[in-house]
Amino acid sequence: MPKLKLPAPPLPGKLNPAPRRPGEGNGKVDPLDVAKEAGTSAVGWVDERTSLSGPARWVMFRKVPKGTNWFYTLGSATLFAFLNQAVTGVFLSMYYDPSPTRAYESIRYVTNEAFLGEFVRGMHKWGSSVMVILVFLHMARTFFFGAYKYPRELNWIIGVALLILTMAMSFTGYLLPFDQRSYWATIVGVNINGTGPLVGPYLSDFLRAGPDFGATTLSRFYAIHMLLIPGAIITLIGAHLYLVTKLGTTAPPWLKAEPDERLAEEQA
Amino acid sequence: MNRIEKERYLREYSVLKAQGKPFFPYAVAKDSVMAVVVMATIITLSIVLGAELGPKADPTTTTYTPRPEWYFFFLFELLRVIKPPELVPLATIGVPTICMILLFLLPFYDRGPERRPERRPIATSAGIFTIAAMGYLTYLGAAAGPPTQISEPTPASVIAQGPQAVKQFNAGKQVVAQSGCLACHKIGENGNSGPGPELTRIADRIPAQAIARTLVNPTSPMPSFSSLKQKSPQKFSAMVDFLSQLKSGG
Repeated sequence: MPKLKLPAPPLPGKLNPAPRRPGEGNGKVDPLDVAKEAGTSAVGWVDERTSLSGPARWVMFRKVPKGTNWFYTLGSATLFAFLNQAVTGVFLSMYYDPSPTRAYESIRYVTNEAFLGEFVRGMHKWGSSVMVILVFLHMARTFFFGAYKYPRELNWIIGVALLILTMAMSFTGYLLPFDQRSYWATIVGVNINGTGPLVGPYLSDFLRAGPDFGATTLSRFYAIHMLLIPGAIITLIGAHLYLVTKLGTTAPPWLKAEPDERLAEEQA
Repeated sequence: MNRIEKERYLREYSVLKAQGKPFFPYAVAKDSVMAVVVMATIITLSIVLGAELGPKADPTTTTYTPRPEWYFFFLFELLRVIKPPELVPLATIGVPTICMILLFLLPFYDRGPERRPERRPIATSAGIFTIAAMGYLTYLGAAAGPPTQISEPTPASVIAQGPQAVKQFNAGKQVVAQSGCLACHKIGENGNSGPGPELTRIADRIPAQAIARTLVNPTSPMPSFSSLKQKSPQKFSAMVDFLSQLKSGG
């Protein structure tokens, strides 16, 4: 493949000065030059102490295979939907009060009175639907392209764990507004968990914080929703992205590698 | 995949990768466009549909049909499709657990080297079937409205007991209709046949005391009516009276 060289930008000579000759200026440093170099020297300062430029280059300038198309943006779109949930969730948690007597009031305050409150809550609520859809689309792409096969099996397993955590996220978040719909749906949902074999009854007791729906149930759901599962999701996303970078994204399955042109000539 | 196939894949992939473009800026550009689309979708949904807040949760009234978030509809519908009570745990936990295990282990039982979807007929058709089944169940769940009307006529035996009994029967009918029972039970022409048993002739099978006991201590996943019994005993007894009149030959 011929190397593509970008033409030099057509800048006027004044903006594009010749580099200084060594020894010029007698070692005096022009403060203007220091200011010009501030960005580079700050990056250099951090890199001298962390050596992060190597990994950054490894992540950003790795090659993605030929034929990478729009289907390959679904994973990053899911990540972006998750970031949306994280940011809007932080703002909602500033107002939310996870006690059965005040939870509904705090959500009513967010919805009706807080500045842009309904908008942010709407983004969190609909963002969860968008995220679930994107998770399933990303998964369908991976499945139909056979991208879970060698050497990416482990990344598929992490992905399934992330799917389950996403569903658990929406199950625990559904109760938090504490209106009629969320309350009764969660009661039935927890009861359904209870019918499971072996761990079922223990799981629903754990979720309810006791045999009945009580005062601590809501704060337990809240802690699971905003501390436990997000922590697990962030950790697993980190592992998922590391493996994506390490192993590379797949090429579309119908693409065959053409032999190198130079090699083909030699064979002929 | 055996070792030869693995090495062949890795060789093939390294050629395709070498022929590719750098992640930055080419893939980053596409990802950024997609991120803008996602954000625009979420903002549009939020502005157009807003965030509704229903009435406050009230453990004493059960006048609400439990309805999960739409992407759980397919699980909820599974409960209706599988009717026999002894199979309910299978529907609630069994099928989802089996699906999850199958998903987790997918790379271990599908080890063929072929990746093109049209050359993996079993995998591709299984995937399409799963998506179609989930889509259909989600549609059924979305279409199944919460019925709040019972058209069951007052039985002759109740009319024979005088106007007081008829009044109590109608009061109970109203409580049952409002309590969302019909989301899972069938009474006469109304309601969904499952996951709960049909209640049209329930009094033939169990006496009034047993009905009251079941309402307080139901089998999962039915919610308990014990707080209704404490907070408004008249409504609760009307409910029991209504249900205990539902017998054959009435």
